[in-house]
Amino acid sequence: MTDERVVGKRVLRKEGRDKVTGAAKYIDDIVMEGMLYGATVRSHVSRGIISKISFDPEFDWTDFVIVTAKDIAGKNCIALISEDQPCLAAQRINHPEEPILLLAHEDAHVVRKAVDRVLIEYEPLPAIYSIEESERQSETIWGTDNVFKTFLIEKGDVDGVWEKADFIVEGEYVTGAQEQLYIENNGMIAKFDEVHGLTVWGSLQCPYYVHKALMGLCNLPSEKVRVVQAETGGAFGGKEEYPSMIAGHAALLAMKSRRPVKLIYDRLEDMTATTKRHPSRTRHRTAVNRTGEILGGEIEFTIDGGAYATLSSVVLSRGTIHAGGPYHWPNVRIRGKAVATNAPPHGAFRGFGAPQSIFAMERHMERIAKTVGVSPVEIRRRNFLKPRQTTTTEQVVREEIDLGQLLDRGLELSSYSAKKAQFTKENHGSGIKRGIGIATFLHGAGFTGSGERYLASVVGVECSADGQVCVMVSSTEFGQGTNTVLCQIAAEALALPYEAVRIAQPDTSQVPNSGPTVASRTAMIVGSLVRSAALGIKQTLIGSGQLREQYSSQEFRAACQNHIEQHGSLKSFARYDPPEGVFWDDVKYRGEAYAAFAWAVYIAEVAIDVCTYNVSVQDFVALQEVGRVLHPVLAEGQIAGGVAQGIGFALYEKVIWDKGRMQNGQMTNYIMPTSADLPLIRVFFEEMGNIHGPHGAKGIGELPMDGPAPAILNAIEDALGVAFDSVPLMPEDVFEAVSKTLDNSLAATGDGER
Amino acid sequence: MRSDPAEYQLIAPGTVAEVIRRLADEPGGWLPIAGGTDVMVQYAAGKLSARRLISIANLPELRGIEVLPHEIRIGACSTYTQIREHKVVTEEFPLLARAARWTGGVANQNRGTLGGNIVNASPAADSLPALLVYEANLILISVRGLRTVPYLGFHTGYKKMQLAPDELIQSVCLPRCYSGYLHYARKVGARNAQAISKVCVAALGKLRESRAVDVRVALGSVAPVPIRLDEIERVAIDKPLETDVIARCRAAVVRAIQPIDDVRSSARYRSAVAGNLVVEFLEQLLASGKTT
Amino acid sequence: MNSPARIARNCEVSLTVNGRTETVRAFPMERLLDVLRRDLGLTGAKEGCGEGECGSCSVLMNGEVVNSCLIPILQAAGTTLITIEGLAAGPHLSQLQTAFLECGGSQCGICTPGMILAAHNLLSKNPEPTLGEIREALAGNLCRCTGYMQIFEAVLQAAQRVKGA
Repeated sequence: MTDERVVGKRVLRKEGRDKVTGAAKYIDDIVMEGMLYGATVRSHVSRGIISKISFDPEFDWTDFVIVTAKDIAGKNCIALISEDQPCLAAQRINHPEEPILLLAHEDAHVVRKAVDRVLIEYEPLPAIYSIEESERQSETIWGTDNVFKTFLIEKGDVDGVWEKADFIVEGEYVTGAQEQLYIENNGMIAKFDEVHGLTVWGSLQCPYYVHKALMGLCNLPSEKVRVVQAETGGAFGGKEEYPSMIAGHAALLAMKSRRPVKLIYDRLEDMTATTKRHPSRTRHRTAVNRTGEILGGEIEFTIDGGAYATLSSVVLSRGTIHAGGPYHWPNVRIRGKAVATNAPPHGAFRGFGAPQSIFAMERHMERIAKTVGVSPVEIRRRNFLKPRQTTTTEQVVREEIDLGQLLDRGLELSSYSAKKAQFTKENHGSGIKRGIGIATFLHGAGFTGSGERYLASVVGVECSADGQVCVMVSSTEFGQGTNTVLCQIAAEALALPYEAVRIAQPDTSQVPNSGPTVASRTAMIVGSLVRSAALGIKQTLIGSGQLREQYSSQEFRAACQNHIEQHGSLKSFARYDPPEGVFWDDVKYRGEAYAAFAWAVYIAEVAIDVCTYNVSVQDFVALQEVGRVLHPVLAEGQIAGGVAQGIGFALYEKVIWDKGRMQNGQMTNYIMPTSADLPLIRVFFEEMGNIHGPHGAKGIGELPMDGPAPAILNAIEDALGVAFDSVPLMPEDVFEAVSKTLDNSLAATGDGER
Repeated sequence: MRSDPAEYQLIAPGTVAEVIRRLADEPGGWLPIAGGTDVMVQYAAGKLSARRLISIANLPELRGIEVLPHEIRIGACSTYTQIREHKVVTEEFPLLARAARWTGGVANQNRGTLGGNIVNASPAADSLPALLVYEANLILISVRGLRTVPYLGFHTGYKKMQLAPDELIQSVCLPRCYSGYLHYARKVGARNAQAISKVCVAALGKLRESRAVDVRVALGSVAPVPIRLDEIERVAIDKPLETDVIARCRAAVVRAIQPIDDVRSSARYRSAVAGNLVVEFLEQLLASGKTT
Repeated sequence: MNSPARIARNCEVSLTVNGRTETVRAFPMERLLDVLRRDLGLTGAKEGCGEGECGSCSVLMNGEVVNSCLIPILQAAGTTLITIEGLAAGPHLSQLQTAFLECGGSQCGICTPGMILAAHNLLSKNPEPTLGEIREALAGNLCRCTGYMQIFEAVLQAAQRVKGA
């Protein structure tokens, strides 16, 4: 570990120079000759049947390209998991802003005007907008029962715990939708000709997802579809599945017009029409003994998937598996369910189900603590998973993690005890109420269970005659450091300087499929493969006698040159090989859910102004065990950024819905924190290593999303003595609860004047 | 961008005389645009009904902050940055300086103007409560010459004001008579910066031996226009500021305002917070008397 | 056809951009942002929101940071602009650009041009800002990736280096 020269070092971001000089080219920066501009005509009703489409005769429709569902050569759907989501609605509408028709024109302003001149009439149908309405099935809007997917996890004997319980604690916890709010809106450029086929460039996370979707939609073979990632201005999961839709639209316009077509959303369209975090409702019923140990319980975890299945089953999977938190459940039954409503489909957003179920678990731990009469610290300590115990899916904890010690370190870093005492004393009679709260949690990296085996990722490393190394992956950079980390790993494996390694632009015609850039898998899974492929190069050169074990850069260069002269090229590929002795039962949902868990303790300090009911976070400690920190600056940046989004999830980011349509789809009214709103986010790491990750790394990208919301609401409960069980928590909600509490206490004392 | 620039005319005559002549020739035919921080947002959203705009951003006659013995005159096209950085404004009219700091971020403060804030007439406009309590006067200019109107009563209803179709605001005058006052302002928004206010308060108070001899309170975002709370002022003046007086003021606030539920907040919240802020002001006023 | 009268692109505007005089022909109400990106090929300024909230379109106009998405090109006539492309002197990055690289102030990079210009503007007026002053100066530039911490570090580091120089 200590003689590493590149991994663990603060090397400069690989594409950083272009970013700080404005040279980086995002999709809207790219212009092509003869390019047309696209626009999407979308539904105004939440649910219904299209009865008529007409084009305003007062509008000049010459030079317009118009595409409807009839123009789709292949299958009118965006292939993902189910095939229920149409690319363009032909007849049935199932959510507001559902795409119906596409337009393209040379003038971006003219095409924008044209959208409102397409006149669509509908026969509206009754629509449903909440989990409860969906469950009541007053309308069946999907399948036979509005249910996309269910999971059942059972461990031990839950039904037997209730009679043994000293306490039975129940609670219901709710989380709202959250918009990813990448600063760069979704955008694509598509081009088609008979010779080269279809090429799409865009802002995206998963080039091969788009590739697969386009093949089916456009009825083209694999080699006639090429997808290239442009520099991408933030994604957070919001560009995992949605790009297949916008790419499909751009492709259809390009194929009909035989001209390049650029399709870029503005903020309002992006917010109202694309995916958001799944709203959730979690119900806990827990049997606890006198000292607060969990004997067992039932958890019901339900998410609102919107109108089509998209990725809801996978979000549900992760949320269900994480629902028990980092605790030992000797007996548990967890029912996960994803239901349909008439909103634009909800989708991937950092954390992917875990922030929702972990919010519930961590709030529920507070409720258990209060019921039993034990502190929030003790209740967790008494229930933490220990090595060799099993998780809710009966995965054995194989590493020597000591969560009690991690908690102790977190408490020390945050001055928890001192602050708690200080706040208790000072809150009385103060206009600012302070509190401090804890969240402890885990996050599994990589695809669940057999997912990685199914992906069968492949990675390539190629060397050129001048000794330059090129990493070839479909893994994308969108700020989290893919380019840098994978080049570090390759450079380290080949004992070369970081500067000698570059990474190919993700282009499906050039790079193998290393899987999607999701699930916190890039460093751990893809990084391992990069290391293997790089070592493969080394083995080839050493094995053929062209290089000794220790070599200089010059010697490496010479060996590459020799090899290429003899063999034509120097490439090495590595394919994912599932580790030995790891089992996962997809039917019983039992076994080794993830190759590695990262563990965390987050502690939030809040201040509540009793005059305005505003809650602000004053200090935040984010402590996590991550296996290995591959790049200190990048790792810290990931945690700080994730915590910021988590604070937004808790206190600022509210989607206002009206009949399935987002009403506040602008940055003025959808509020994310500015630089004036966040405390110093203090980030700390522990490194225990990880046998499955390169240099011991685990995935960390999504972990920071799980802790902030429950830690903050726990702190608010500490400050005010009022339990809030849903996020986002707005000052208006604090006001309503406080004034109700006040009314109740005034009623009790008979004192009518404040 | 949901408007087509090809459909819009924008002219920039170099002098105010030319501008007011155009406005007089075609009343209602030209929309003045200063810093553009409101107009251009509407334009980008495809919601700007005016098609012909006339720029007043660089007219020297509308800029500059003039300090006179008894008043300051702030050119209507002074930017928030100029206002917040001006020595006399920060010293003698801190509520206006503070409001300027609260309006958008630095980039918008560098372009947005006080005159624009007044004419755009958002009920949530940050500067307007301060103008109400400082009892600003507006100097209006047209081809007919200059006329002075008090800002109090200038806004007659939602987006309605006592400005003729061919008039511009030339300057905003503030009397230099507020030393010895407690100046209080708070803005409550969804975040600490770049927020449209849910409630905002500007208030002035002067005590003599723990009696309020002058109390002025104005609120934004709780009615179709920013309002001065006359009733509070009647309740509070010339009495010792005791608990029951303060409680009656709170009740008066709730009666005077008409807050709404909207995408940003709720009427109940606005009402409660408006009351809390006025109480906070009065308590601070009371406390300021005790320390002297 | 009742299409609205299309006014000719008869507005000629001259302005100084990154030290060069540029003359563009545009509709007077075209946004400065669009003229920079389309007519002058300066794509560093980005459209994140179109309403002056996110700051990713920020440029320096006559020494002040402004949101170029809210400025009609006619109002930019005769002004002096600096965009992100004008900050580096050839191959040499400015202290701020270097600091952003070293401290992790840029992740996805889309807010970076505006953020660096706003920070540059701050440091030119206030060479030793406190953390509070940095927060306020950058509050109009939204970053979704970093949580701002490493941006603050970058600004503080650049300020220190310039001071030490």
